[in-house]
Amino acid sequence: MISRTERTTGYAILTLFAVISLTPVLGILSTAFGKQGALGTGFSLPEGGLHWSNFADAWTRGHFGTYLGNSVLVAAVVVLATALLATLAGYAFGVMDFPFATPLFYLFVIGLTLPQEALVVPLYFDLRYVELTDTYWALILPQTAQSLAFGVFWMRAYFRGSARSVIEAARMDGASTWTTLWRVLVPMGRPAITTMIVITFMWTWNEFLMALVMVSEEGLRTVPLGLAFFQGQHASETSLLAAASVLIALPVVIVYVALQRRFIEGMLTGAVKE
Amino acid sequence: MKSPLRSSRRAPGEPRAIGYLYILPALAVYAAFLLYPFGQSVWLSLLHWDGLNAATWAGLDNYGDLFTDPALRAPFVHALVLLIFYAALPVAIGLLLAAVMSRFRVRGMTFFRTVLFLPQVLAMVVVGVTWRSILAPDGMLNDVLNLVGLDSLSRAWLGDENWALPAVGVVGTWVETGLCMVLFLAGAQRIPRELYEAARIDGAGAVREFFTVTLPGLRAEIAVALTLTIVAGLRNFDLIYITTSGGPGNATSVPAYEVYHRAFETNQVGSAAAVGVALTVVIFVLTVTVSRLVEGRRS
Repeated sequence: MISRTERTTGYAILTLFAVISLTPVLGILSTAFGKQGALGTGFSLPEGGLHWSNFADAWTRGHFGTYLGNSVLVAAVVVLATALLATLAGYAFGVMDFPFATPLFYLFVIGLTLPQEALVVPLYFDLRYVELTDTYWALILPQTAQSLAFGVFWMRAYFRGSARSVIEAARMDGASTWTTLWRVLVPMGRPAITTMIVITFMWTWNEFLMALVMVSEEGLRTVPLGLAFFQGQHASETSLLAAASVLIALPVVIVYVALQRRFIEGMLTGAVKE
Repeated sequence: MKSPLRSSRRAPGEPRAIGYLYILPALAVYAAFLLYPFGQSVWLSLLHWDGLNAATWAGLDNYGDLFTDPALRAPFVHALVLLIFYAALPVAIGLLLAAVMSRFRVRGMTFFRTVLFLPQVLAMVVVGVTWRSILAPDGMLNDVLNLVGLDSLSRAWLGDENWALPAVGVVGTWVETGLCMVLFLAGAQRIPRELYEAARIDGAGAVREFFTVTLPGLRAEIAVALTLTIVAGLRNFDLIYITTSGGPGNATSVPAYEVYHRAFETNQVGSAAAVGVALTVVIFVLTVTVSRLVEGRRS
């Protein structure tokens, strides 16, 4: 039925774009293991063995050890706070019926399309006024708020879809709303919660604009901010830049490869509005 | 005891007002660090303020400037040009692939999906650093051009007045194409086989088959793809900051970059806020248009 040419053309296109997707990634990976001081800003091949020292140099000389620590701290707090608050709110929006539930929910949905660029300017002046710029809070609080738009939207959909009979049964057993949530629905909802966590983690980890505006002290830089400044100062140290890029991308890529279905599902449904 | 009928009609979970307690923590953080700042942005956009001295009332001046000041008009024009690269091209390429592959099961889909979607999960800062070295004067692109004897075409892509914008756009195409391919391939696999057989029996060629079966079947996926890619194309601060900082001249300035540049580098806070609010409006209008045009037609 289907001609061989069609099939071949299809796979040829797929393969071509897979190669296009991978080439820059492999280029940066090979440069990261390349020889330091190799001339030029382009990619290089690792000559004379893999140079692991680039990573050690990025870690110490580029201070990426410190930056990674900051990123881990900020991402952990944002992810935990978002998961907790979004679960609570999503639960209420999903299974409870109270006045103004729908308009309040739409208030959260607006946040899915509101660009950061429309928030960052007043946020900077507000946080500077209460002397929170150049603290972890200036990174954590705004990013939690932005993640909540997705988190609440996502968790409401999960609670909506969760079986009514389960909630009824829990209530018949005399479980309070609180117990039903933590003993029944949260354990059952592990896949949905995992998706929310990995997406929030990726956004927070990769965030750049907020960090650039809120933090001027070097000791508070997150990894994307660290890389931007490192590029500004050492544009010609290509192998160090590449090694630092790999260090930044690696945590997200590892989680992505392990949980790619959750990633793709989460990122694609963010755009589907009701 | 409540009758089972009543509890099944209403959402379970007893005292209803307790719902407010559950949403309160999220709403407090969300209101303080997202809704309130957005309101302030709207307010700031009506002022002339340098961030230091007392602000003066500007009315709609900052918005008027978006239309009259060439330095403010350019970023919006650039943003629209970039949408060709971020949204139109990836969707077109994705549809082409779906057209070819819609009628058979794709093998190795997990591998292709993982690889094609990979650019989506990389930090834009990393993408920017990577592509800056590809597009550098001694970068990979020029190496390849020299290798195949097209030396005359090689140039400093990001430093060239005419080529910088398309060069940044190509990076967007690289990031977004995989997403469209993954979406459309998955969607095309869900179109019932019988529709294709029916089209074949009616004597439809490949082209008619695409327009009568594949394209309508992918409507929902196209709407999602356009929404995601348009939003990504308009919120591209990171990439511009890393690769060109809006240059050379203002050849690659975009609204997202202009907000930062004006607020924190040239002390035009009111104008920066107006650009941010206008960007929000553009995003809203485009995403609503997409869902009306592409999705709404069905009902």
